Amino acid sequence: MSGGDPGFGVYIHWPFCAAKCPYCDFNSHVRHDPPDQARFARAFAREIAATADRMPGRTVSSIFLGGGTPSLMEPATVGAILDAVALNWTVAAKTEVTLEANPSSVEAERFKGYRLAGVNRVSLGVQALNDADLRFLGRLHDVAEARAAIEIARKTFPRISFDLIYARPGQTPAAWSRELGEALKLAADHLSLYQLTIEDDTPFARLHQAGKLQVPDEDTAADLYTVTRDVAAADGLPAYEISNHARPGAECRHNLVYWRYGEYAGIGPGAHGRLRLPDGRHATEAERNPEAWLGRVERYGDGLIVDELLTREEEGDEMLLMGLRLAEGIDIGRYQRISGRELDPEQLADLVAHGMVERTVDGRVRATRAGSFVLDAVVADLAA
Amino acid sequence: MTTVSLDNIRNFAIIAHIDHGKSTLADRLIQLCGGLSEREMKAQVLDSMDIERERGITIKAQTVRLTYRARDGQDYVLNLIDTPGHVDFAYEVSRSLAACEGSLLVVDASQGVEAQTLANVYQAIDNDHEIVPVLNKVDLPAAEPERIKQQIEDVIGIDASNAIEISAKTGIGVPEVLEAIVTRLPPPRGDRNAPLKALLVDSWYDAYLGVVVLVRIVDGVLKKGMRIRMLGAEATHDVESVGVFTPKLVGWPELGPGELGFFTGSIKEVADTAVGDTITEERRRADAPLPGFRPAQPVVFCGIFPVDAGDFEDLRTAIGKLRLNDAAFTFEMETSAALGFGFRCGFLGLLHLEIIQERLSREFDLDLIATAPSVVYRITLTNGDEIELHNPADMPDPVKIREISEPWLRATIMTPDDYLGAILKLCQERRGIQVDLSYVGSRAVVQYDLPLNEVVFDFYDRLKSVSKGYASFDYQLTDYRVGDLVKMQILVNAEPVDALSILVHRSQADRRGRAMCEKLKELIPPHMFQIPIQAAIGGKVIARETIRALRKDVLAKCYGGDVTRKRKLLDKQKAGKKKMRQFGKVDIPQEAFIAALKMDD
Repeated sequence: MSGGDPGFGVYIHWPFCAAKCPYCDFNSHVRHDPPDQARFARAFAREIAATADRMPGRTVSSIFLGGGTPSLMEPATVGAILDAVALNWTVAAKTEVTLEANPSSVEAERFKGYRLAGVNRVSLGVQALNDADLRFLGRLHDVAEARAAIEIARKTFPRISFDLIYARPGQTPAAWSRELGEALKLAADHLSLYQLTIEDDTPFARLHQAGKLQVPDEDTAADLYTVTRDVAAADGLPAYEISNHARPGAECRHNLVYWRYGEYAGIGPGAHGRLRLPDGRHATEAERNPEAWLGRVERYGDGLIVDELLTREEEGDEMLLMGLRLAEGIDIGRYQRISGRELDPEQLADLVAHGMVERTVDGRVRATRAGSFVLDAVVADLAA
Repeated sequence: MTTVSLDNIRNFAIIAHIDHGKSTLADRLIQLCGGLSEREMKAQVLDSMDIERERGITIKAQTVRLTYRARDGQDYVLNLIDTPGHVDFAYEVSRSLAACEGSLLVVDASQGVEAQTLANVYQAIDNDHEIVPVLNKVDLPAAEPERIKQQIEDVIGIDASNAIEISAKTGIGVPEVLEAIVTRLPPPRGDRNAPLKALLVDSWYDAYLGVVVLVRIVDGVLKKGMRIRMLGAEATHDVESVGVFTPKLVGWPELGPGELGFFTGSIKEVADTAVGDTITEERRRADAPLPGFRPAQPVVFCGIFPVDAGDFEDLRTAIGKLRLNDAAFTFEMETSAALGFGFRCGFLGLLHLEIIQERLSREFDLDLIATAPSVVYRITLTNGDEIELHNPADMPDPVKIREISEPWLRATIMTPDDYLGAILKLCQERRGIQVDLSYVGSRAVVQYDLPLNEVVFDFYDRLKSVSKGYASFDYQLTDYRVGDLVKMQILVNAEPVDALSILVHRSQADRRGRAMCEKLKELIPPHMFQIPIQAAIGGKVIARETIRALRKDVLAKCYGGDVTRKRKLLDKQKAGKKKMRQFGKVDIPQEAFIAALKMDD
């Protein structure tokens, strides 16, 4: 993995789910009547064109269809969206095109169609490898279905990844270690392993507040994270980011664009973008409600409700908080160019002395293993 | 405007616990007497400062002159005086009460008598007030007027059979209150022809008028153009204007005996006026001052420093402005190795300290660090010199000290019998010496001599907590006594934090040291490294706690759509860090400097 040009990624947000999971605070909506996919596809195409008008001539290094549940899209809808991207920008043959999918049997039937539409990587929301925990997490699939879906995906796509959520109530490090071992047997070359986080305004947050949902304490969380990093690395999938593991070379290129603080367009309801325009880096954010977004796009060409120029300090902070998540860390020179400031030498020296970060011979600074466990505190020190 | 006959004047205060409806009743009275038009009638006219409104406490005395036509067909002048309501301002309260002849005792008809009410009602009784009990909120379903009347009789020992039942909110019973003020409270006495003798009730700074002095005329007449003399301050001033509050400030030709009002004159600062002072005419002086005058004496000191050293000049300006309006508060410059330039400030008590601190940060938008409060110690050095110590950081080398004396006070605590045991235990723990214990009905009255050092910080809070708010507390400073006092330092990550060092009695050192270390452990957020917190006396560690290092603190998911939110969180963290101080690489939150001293036991 190199720290070269971070590239240009296009993120497409499909905002619908069959059911909301109780832990999820993403922009997802459940609709009784299925949405008019053709109409949405036209709106996606229109917003892509409007975005390309502002930032023409880009070569797309990755496309990511996230959600919501993008595997609820018909392959034709996916095809239409990918065509719109290719029509407005340059898409190379080997551009990474990822689609997030639920590992249910219904969705697995559409895998072939997605592949034909141009998707070359899927990321499956497996989340757990036992049925009780899957039910607790509100997932609609069971373990057998997930295993089958992984199997079909491996046969259909050149690259696959799947997600697991750990630090579930009562989960011990030993149990997680066994489950992760099983997952590694199913995995190809990429896994996303997330600590369960209680997000505000979710059903889990309400249960948690009422004392009906206990998550592991800080010590157990640290032990679980230790297991995560050690077990995955021993199997050849080291952490290249706080929660992402890959065989070297198999990292998700699209997510690297975010963490390397590259340029990305956010398309669809609630999508965020970072556009490098002549006056500087813009942060964009679209209307979250799908129907309202649709209305805006049909009226104005895009669904943006936020489009603001970032200050250099804000850019510096964003680069820091994204870049230090990566094992490769950040390039100090690039940080200075972007933020117009230096990392506080005293803070840096302190963090080095405490073994939280290290400097490399090629002018980078990165979090150590110890630093990765408490990265939010490390970033707060460096950014202050 | 004709002179009002003394018989047609009534001066009264309202005594009530927070939330029992004092301000609402005052508003109703003003409204019924036509003091303000409907439009001017903002809710709770009397509490003008934000802090007063939020905390339900009054810091400055205020008066309202009302005109009321009673059922006997005569017009009466009713002067309502609103008093401060906290033990820190006990002296100010006593002067306000001395300015009237009677009090309305307002008690919530479901909550009953509470501690704050008691302290003030006893003060009113001491001032020979006629007291009219008023039961408020009788319209609420939980109201139990008969039980509360009985309680007033048992606890306070006054006749409550003719208590007036009202609802200040709906207005029920309020006309009866006005009538009772006229029929049940005595008129003031005084001699119009005698030399002027007036009580200085309070004073404040007004941007347009300068210093406004609130007075109660006892004898004689106060007029514009008169040259007056303040007997305690030994100063003379020319009276430029005389007036009353309706509650609007209104000019008035003169104030005669029994009247409450204000005057302005050639007075530069509030500090030139002392609450309780006697005002007379320079040419025709009164022969003796009014009893009870006592100059304001700060009893608690603490350092106040700007969080950002660049704010020092702003802090100086802000403190100067506050001082214009609050003579009880004193300040001098101070420098500290850890905290830079700031001020050593003196206060009447801890609430006073908190109010000043809050006003500085709120009204002047300053981020401040206040050090642990301390009392004034007297140190006799081995060479015979005597020094006053306002700041533990200035304590001389122990080998040069012959002895240290500390201020003591006599506390009077009244409590329902049930809490007596807990209160005696608290007083014993705080090195108290019992002076007296007696009973009034089922209420115990206990007197203790206590070192101010043990009381100044959280005694009042603790007392309230062990007595569920039912004990009332008052004190008077008595003398200085020699004590076995030592300086206790707090070390955070092996570095001494001067702002946290205190003088403490040797017998209390272990307990205080342990409590402070435990408290700091709660208050200092975990860092990336382990932090030892130690209490030490002369290099010997007497207590120790360790703040564990952070083990896991990282967001699990952070993708393109999370950056904005994460950046905003980071901004908050950065702002939070600016409000902390670094000692030995440890960020200590501002509130820790005061909260560390509070003991939960």
